Amino acid sequence: MTPTVRRVAVVGGNRIPFARSNGPYAHASNSDMLAAALDGLIERYNLQGETLGEVVAGAVLKHPRDRDLTREVVLGSKLAPETPAYDVQQACGTGLETTIAVANKIALGQIDAGIAGGVDTTSDAPLALNDDLREVLLDANRIPDTAGRLKLLTRLRPGMIKPAIPANQEPRTGLSMGEHCAIMASEWGITREAQDELTIRSHNALAAAYDKGFQDDLITPYLGLERDQNLRPGSTPEKLAKLKPVFGGPEGTMTAANSTPLSDGASVVLLASEEWAKARNLPILAYITEAQTAAIDHVHKREGLLMAPAYAMPTMLDRAGITLQDFDIYEIHEAFAAQVLCTLAAWEDPVFCKERLGRSAPLGSIDTEKLNINGGSLAAGHPFAATGGRIVAGLAKELSERGSGRGVISICAAAGQGVVAILESAGGSK
Amino acid sequence: MSQDLYTQIVNSPPGGFIAKRVGLPQPTALDRYAPGQPVVKGQVLVGAAPGGRLSSSIAAVLGEAKIDTATTLAPELRTAAADAGLDASVFNPEAGGDRRFKGLVFDATGIKDSAELVELQRFFHPSVRKVQSSGRVLVLGTPPEDTKDPREHTAQRALEGFTRSLGKEIGKGATAQLVYVAPGAEDLIGSTLRFFLSPKSAYVSGQVARVTPGQPVPADIDWERPLAGKTALVTGASRGIGEAIIETLARDGASVVGLDIPQLGEDLKKVTDRLDGEAIELDITSDDAPKVLAAHFKAGVDIVVHNAGVTRDRTLAKMPEDRWQSVLDINLSSEERINDALLKGKRIPSGGRIIGVSSMAGIAGNRGQTNYATSKAGVIGMVESMAPVVAERGITINAVAPGFIETQMTAAMPIAVREPGRRLNSMNQGGLPIDVAETIAWYASSASGGLNGNVVRVCGQMLLGA
Ligand SMILES: NC(=O)c1ccc[n+]([C@@H]2O[C@H](COP(=O)([O-])OP(=O)(O)OC[C@H]3O[C@@H](n4cnc5c(N)ncnc54)[C@H](O)[C@@H]3O)[C@@H](O)[C@H]2O)c1
Repeated sequence: MTPTVRRVAVVGGNRIPFARSNGPYAHASNSDMLAAALDGLIERYNLQGETLGEVVAGAVLKHPRDRDLTREVVLGSKLAPETPAYDVQQACGTGLETTIAVANKIALGQIDAGIAGGVDTTSDAPLALNDDLREVLLDANRIPDTAGRLKLLTRLRPGMIKPAIPANQEPRTGLSMGEHCAIMASEWGITREAQDELTIRSHNALAAAYDKGFQDDLITPYLGLERDQNLRPGSTPEKLAKLKPVFGGPEGTMTAANSTPLSDGASVVLLASEEWAKARNLPILAYITEAQTAAIDHVHKREGLLMAPAYAMPTMLDRAGITLQDFDIYEIHEAFAAQVLCTLAAWEDPVFCKERLGRSAPLGSIDTEKLNINGGSLAAGHPFAATGGRIVAGLAKELSERGSGRGVISICAAAGQGVVAILESAGGSK
Repeated sequence: MSQDLYTQIVNSPPGGFIAKRVGLPQPTALDRYAPGQPVVKGQVLVGAAPGGRLSSSIAAVLGEAKIDTATTLAPELRTAAADAGLDASVFNPEAGGDRRFKGLVFDATGIKDSAELVELQRFFHPSVRKVQSSGRVLVLGTPPEDTKDPREHTAQRALEGFTRSLGKEIGKGATAQLVYVAPGAEDLIGSTLRFFLSPKSAYVSGQVARVTPGQPVPADIDWERPLAGKTALVTGASRGIGEAIIETLARDGASVVGLDIPQLGEDLKKVTDRLDGEAIELDITSDDAPKVLAAHFKAGVDIVVHNAGVTRDRTLAKMPEDRWQSVLDINLSSEERINDALLKGKRIPSGGRIIGVSSMAGIAGNRGQTNYATSKAGVIGMVESMAPVVAERGITINAVAPGFIETQMTAAMPIAVREPGRRLNSMNQGGLPIDVAETIAWYASSASGGLNGNVVRVCGQMLLGA
């Protein structure tokens, strides 16, 4: 029997303000932050004691002790302990991928409501034992007698004390994400001025969103932070032009301002069937109507590491039967200003669209006045797995306030992956 | 062929140190082609002045040759690349990044007025520093004589000053050429672009080539063996430049026939046996030489390379008539007689190629070489006069003009003549016989129907006679 597909509603979202690495959340763990975001959501939508279909979340930098991180957080929350949960990890795509996972089960009628989310800390990052030290200790563990163990421990060397710090590095290329993006910026001809301009817009737009109260029902203050710590409105091109490049060498165009900083934070989104939401008198901000994940080969085919969303988008558009121009709002995750600009350039480029996407015509340009209108990751910061939830909740709310329209989300992820999704206003598309 | 001793020494660490200290020129070890190599080892950047007409032809060639390409952001170039199936990246000088290019190609046909020559500066100023060693610069223009407007004629003629100067300042063994592409010859630029972008043109710089309407490129061309199915005659093939020519034509797929004087018969046979070719022992100046050759090539000969040549140096005041006459006869008159006999006997079929070997002496003149320079300037005259004549039969005629090439002939020169000859060029070194041979193979290619009446120097852009 073919199951019928139901519409999936975004009821609302919640997050804690994002902090810069080793800032106010320096001593908060992933589970602390995810719990804070979840508690705020439960509070806002009266979910105390509810048994939900599932809660799905994840973290990119995860401690080994955090086995079943999400389930443990659920057990510590006011949700019914009978609510199942599991972890997902797909680099910066995690937050949107968890949303898609929950939405699909709702659409198929397997569950009626669920929560998706993500959390990351770069301050309380897991440190691994140095591989040499780990080997000695594991060998020692395998030896039954104490004398033998002691003898083995003479292999210990001072250098082994150095911990293995998780690096923001692609395992197969040895390059950091920023270095990869610097190559993309050069290959797509993205200028420093364009990146700085996007950065200023992002900060000003997020500040304006806070000022008009747009964030009030999207955020629960945490550890003294009420707004995102990274937010710096009112900057000027002249000020940003003074910064030294941090990626791409001395001639590079990427700076600490037009790249997202290492951040800490968590976000969650409540998804449900229409019936479930209506039965509880909960709002329906928007519907999730399409989603697509794609991956590229940055190792052998020299595609830009963060270009996968450029591939995911046309596949999704074709299935939805619409064009890139058929959106009222574009939410493109600003991992780096250059990533956003490369993606837009690629969609406009006849060579990329024909050679890489196999299309007869370019996807075309978008109206940048509709891009990241309430600010993006450059301003908010980017705790990897928490970004998806921030964007889904913000876009759903904007669509609900407008009462009509359609929005699209595009998120690039490490390891050459990208996730895109479409949200439509509950009031219908224009 | 080994590098000359000087290049070897200055490229060794102690030698290089000393050479720098005493201010000797530092020749770069030039990239040279080996079969199986890609056309270009590195990325080629393409730019264009607005309104050019060659974007799609250039993109088609680079795409077919599988050359890693980048273009400027010019929309017509992006569209042309897409249409040609060329997966080109973008280069924007303002976007930073450590980009390096093995070649720069600029379509200057859009330049219609001298005021627009600034497009050259705009494209090359930010990109020239990014050219790698043994890099290639190519400017494509419209032959001034084919323009309709005087302003356009002037501007297109001006391009030559640009490429010639850039060739002199670019360094690192890089070369710069101007290719004039006549209207209607757009589809014939493939062999020329490939030659000038590849290491095959290692010792050719500061040259102007003209691609004009001619026989189309065969649809089934094999770029690794563009002479497959062709027969080629090379005179003076037992040694030196001739030996390199016959080897190269055989490499490119031709059935080869070598010719040399009977005294060198044994050496000649060694060469032709190695190449599965035929040997003809013949003095080209003998009375019956034209008839012998016409009889030998009853089935036709597609490619005729007039390489045999001699010097008999003496200042004119000391030059007896026989010394004058033997040089003129070997280097020029015998070639004319052989051409006439082969053409009259319809021995050279449509698609045929006649290739002469001139000399820098024939362009610039040389003390003690009035006879030799006269004969070699005459070879240029022969190309000019015969080009329209043979064109009617679908045949082309072109010449190379070697500068200082490392052979027995140049090794025998007194050092005071040899050393400046070797160094006074943009490459700071002598060329190798293979460099002349590759240039001849470019003319000979079945894809080179658009080359007729060209004289290209293989001289490392010698400072004399520029
Ligand atoms: N080597 C250079 O630097 C240089 C520079 C400019 C031009 N060239 C020209 O390149 C060509 C080849 O020069 P090379 O350096 O290899 O010289 P080379 O003396 O090594 O070879 C010339 C060949 O031509 C042959 N030849 C001479 N007279 C002949 C005749 N009457 N009939 C048949 N064969 C005859 C010789 O036997 C010899 O094998 C010549 O035309 C020469 O003028 C050479």
